[in-house]
Amino acid sequence: MIKKIATLHSLKGWLIAFGLLGIAMVLLPLLNIFVPEESVLHVPDYMFSLLGKYLCYALVALAVDLIWGYTGILSLGHGVFFSMGGYAMGMYLMRSIGKEGVYKNDLPDFMVFLDWKELPWYWYGFDYFAFTLLVILILPGLFAFTFGYFAFKSRIKGVYFAIITQAMTYALMLLFFRNETGFGGNNGLTDFKRILGYSLQEPSTKMSLYIITIIVLFLSYVLSRYVVQSKLGRVLTAIRDAESRVMFSGYNTLHYKLFVWTLSAFLCGIAGALYVPQVGIINPSEMQPSNSIEMAIWVAVGGRGTLSGALVGAGLVNGAKSWFTVAAPDYWLYFLGTLFIVLTLFFPKGLVGVFSRFSSKDKARGPS
Amino acid sequence: MTTTSTLYKYQKLKIEPKSRKRFIRFFGFFLLLAAGLLPLSLVEANDFESALKDLGNKSRSKIKIAVKLLGDMGNPAALPALEALRNKRLQISEGGALIILDESGDQGHDALSGKQVDLNSLELRKPRINNSVRRVLSVAIGKLQLTSDDSDVRLAAAKELLKRPSSGLVVLVENALAKESDDEVREIFLLVLAKEGLNSDDKKKRLQSLKTIKEIGNNDFKTDLEALLGKDEKGEFLEKDPTIRKSASQAISSIERRQFFINQAANLFYGLSLGSILLLAALGLAITFGLMGVINMAHGEMLMIGAYSTFVVQNLFKEYLPGFFDWYLVAAIPIAFTVSAIIGIILERSVIRHLYGRPLETLLATWGISLILIQSVRLVFGVQNVEVANPYYLAGGVEVMNGVVLPYSRIAIIIFVVFVVISVWTLLQKTSLGLQVRAVTQNRGMASCMGISTHKVDMYTFGLGSGVAGLGGLALSQIGNVGPELGQLYIVDSFMVVVLGGVGKIAGTVVGALGLGFVNKFLEPIAGAVLGKIIVLVLIIALIQKRPQGLFALKGRMADN
Repeated sequence: MIKKIATLHSLKGWLIAFGLLGIAMVLLPLLNIFVPEESVLHVPDYMFSLLGKYLCYALVALAVDLIWGYTGILSLGHGVFFSMGGYAMGMYLMRSIGKEGVYKNDLPDFMVFLDWKELPWYWYGFDYFAFTLLVILILPGLFAFTFGYFAFKSRIKGVYFAIITQAMTYALMLLFFRNETGFGGNNGLTDFKRILGYSLQEPSTKMSLYIITIIVLFLSYVLSRYVVQSKLGRVLTAIRDAESRVMFSGYNTLHYKLFVWTLSAFLCGIAGALYVPQVGIINPSEMQPSNSIEMAIWVAVGGRGTLSGALVGAGLVNGAKSWFTVAAPDYWLYFLGTLFIVLTLFFPKGLVGVFSRFSSKDKARGPS
Repeated sequence: MTTTSTLYKYQKLKIEPKSRKRFIRFFGFFLLLAAGLLPLSLVEANDFESALKDLGNKSRSKIKIAVKLLGDMGNPAALPALEALRNKRLQISEGGALIILDESGDQGHDALSGKQVDLNSLELRKPRINNSVRRVLSVAIGKLQLTSDDSDVRLAAAKELLKRPSSGLVVLVENALAKESDDEVREIFLLVLAKEGLNSDDKKKRLQSLKTIKEIGNNDFKTDLEALLGKDEKGEFLEKDPTIRKSASQAISSIERRQFFINQAANLFYGLSLGSILLLAALGLAITFGLMGVINMAHGEMLMIGAYSTFVVQNLFKEYLPGFFDWYLVAAIPIAFTVSAIIGIILERSVIRHLYGRPLETLLATWGISLILIQSVRLVFGVQNVEVANPYYLAGGVEVMNGVVLPYSRIAIIIFVVFVVISVWTLLQKTSLGLQVRAVTQNRGMASCMGISTHKVDMYTFGLGSGVAGLGGLALSQIGNVGPELGQLYIVDSFMVVVLGGVGKIAGTVVGALGLGFVNKFLEPIAGAVLGKIIVLVLIIALIQKRPQGLFALKGRMADN
C-alpha cells in the first residue's frame, strides 16, 4: 500500500510536496510564535484564518478538478455540497454556544427571535460532535449520489448538466433564505463561540484548525492523486474525451461518473465544514450560482486535469480577490471577468499549460 | 374648478354684522344636527366659513369637530381644503387664513377667497393633525365626494366608506343611492348599507343585509360574518337567532365560492403575465442556443442593457422633448433592440465565435462577459436601482373584480410579447435570412456546403437573440426595478424555459414560458412564493430526468458524436 502511494509522485514531486507541507505546518507557526511582532518575518494571527480559508477553497478546487478536469463534467452546483458541510458544522457550533447567546436561551438566537419554542427535529443530534462529523461525511455525498444517479442515468451531460446543477443550487439557496426553513434565513448561522470546548477567538484554536485543514487537504490530495492515477482514473479521462467510445468498449460509465461525482461532493462537504469555524459564518449566499461558477475558474486558472494546478489556481484567484477587494474593489469583477474570457480563449490549459510549454518533459498531461 | 367657483358664491352671501355671527353659528349647528342636511342658506354659508376656518385651529379637538361638521354639511366646496389638509398641503398664516399649496408647494391660494397669495411674505405654520383627525378627515371627504358629479369620485368615496365604520351616514348613503345611476357605485352603496344593517336591531333588516352581502359581498365581510357565528366561552352562540346564523353561513360560503373563482382568474392573468415576461427573457436565449448550441450566460445582461437603454431614452426625452415625454417608451423600442443587438454582435465576433464546439468554455467565457457588463453598468449608472417611470397610458390599472386589479403595464406587456413573437416568427419563417438561420440550426455543415455564410448567419442570429432580450429589458423596466443585477434575476428562469421548451422552435419556448408562468402563479398561493419557485425548479429537474433529450430537441450536430 505504502509502496503504491509512493509511486504516485516522482521523488522530486514528493520532495516539493513535503517541502510545502513543512513550510505551511512548521515554518509559518514557528514564525508566528517565536518571531517578535515588530519583525518583518512575523506571521500575524489573522493570517492563519485567512490561509485556512484559502486551503478550504483549494480543497474545493481539488473536488471540482476531479469532476470537471478529469471527467469533463462541469458542475455549477458545488456550492451546495460546500454549504451542506458548512451548515452541518455551523449547526454544531450554534448548539455549542449554549445559553451565551444574546437572548440567554438554550435555542439559537434566530429561533428565539422567530419565537420558536423548541428545536426542529432536524437539529437534533447536532449537540454531539461525532454525530455532526458523521453528517458532514455522509450527507453531501449522499445528496450528490441521489442527484447524480438520476442525472447520469438520464444521460444528462455537458451544458445541460451544468444548468441543472445551477438550478439546484439556486433552488436550495432560495430555500435556505427562508426563515421558516430553520437555518437562520438570510443571516445564516454566525456568532459562534467555541468548538469542542475551545474558544474560536483563541489564536491557538485558529492555528489548530489551520493545521487540521492542511492535513485534510494533503490527505485529500493524495487520495485524489491515487484515484486519477489508477485504472479508474484512466476510465474517467476516457469518459471525458469520448464517452460513447468508453460505453461501446463495455464500460458502464454511470458507475464511474457517479463515483467521482460523489467523491467530489464528499471532499467539497469537508471543505465547507472546515471553512465555517475559520470564517465564523455560513449563510445562503454561499449557494449563489456565481459562487459555484467561481469555483470552476479556480480550476481553470491552475489548469484543468492537473491536481496541483487546481490548488495553485484556488490560491491565486482568492489571493487576487483579497487584494482587489481592498485595493480596487470596483475592478475586481473586471479582473475576474477578463480572467474567464482570456483563460478560455487563450489558455485553456491554465497556468500549468503555460509552464509545460516551456518544459517539454511534462507536456503529456492535461486535457486536449 | 367648479368647487372654487361655488366657494365664491358663498363669499358674496356673507353680509351680516359681526355681532350676530356667534348666535347664528350656534343656531346653525343645532339645525344641522337636527336635519342632517339643510338646504343652502345664509346661516349655513356663514357656518361653513367658520368651520372651514376652524381647520386652522390650534386645538386638535376643534379641528376634528370642524372636519366632522364640514363633512355633515355636504358642501363640496370644502373638498379642496379638506384634501389639502389630508395631503399636508394646507398651511395657516399668522392671521388664521388657510392657504392651500399647489402640488409643487411653490405657490398657494387662500382657501376662502381663492386668491393667489405670496408665500414668502407670510409666516406659515402647519395644522396639527394626528391619526384620529385623519380618520375623521377621510370619512368627511368621503361624504362630500358622495355628492360629487364625477362617478369615479363617487366610486372612490363609496369604497372609502366601506373600509371603515360609517354609522350615522346611513341617511346620507341612502340619499345618494336613490340618486345614483351608475351600477358599480350602486353596488358599493348597497354594501355600505348592508354593513350597517348587520348591526341593526330589526331582524328583517339584518336578514336583508345578509342577502345583499351574499349576492355581492366580498372577502372584507368575512370577519363580520364569522363574528356572527362565533361562540362564547360556554359554547353558546353569540348570535341567538338561528335564521340569522344560517343566513350568515350561507353568505360566507357564497363569498368564498366567488372569491375562489376570482382568485383563479387572477392567477390565470398573473400566470399569463409572468409567462409573457419569461417568454421575452427566454426567446432570445432559445434562438442563440438553438443555433449555436452554446449557453450565453451574458444573456441576462442583454435584458439589463435593454432596460438601461429605456432609462437613457427616458432621460433624453425628459431633457430635450418634455412635451412628448409620454411617448419615450415607443421611441425606446427600436433603441433598446439596436443597442442590445449591437453589443450581442460585438460579443459574438470577439469572443463566442472562437469557442464554437466548446460549449462549456463558452459558458464560462460568457459568464466573464456578464461580470464585466454588470460592473460597467455599475460604474456608469451607479449601484442603486434607477427609476423608469410609466408613461401615463401605462400607469394604473383596471379593476375587473373586487380585489383584482390588472395593471395596464402588464396588459401592455402581454400584447407586446404577442407582437414580438409574431415578428420573430415571421422573420424566421418568411424571410430568406430566417431560412438560412433555420438551415444552419439544422445542419451547419450542410448549410455551409450550400453556400450559406454560416459566420454571417451566426452574427445576425446572435444580434437578433440579443435584441429580443433588449426588448425584454424594456418590458421589465415597466414593471420592476432596473438595476445592474436585473439580468441575474432572470437568467436561471430563462434557462429553465429553454430547457423545458426545447430549442429551435418558437412554439416550444412559448409553451415552456407560459407553462412555467402558470405553474408558478398557481403554486404561489398554495406553497408561498419562494417554496413555489423551488417546487417548480424541482419539477423541471424531475421532468428532465424523464425526457432528457426529447425536451431539448437535440438533433444532428448537438448529439454526441
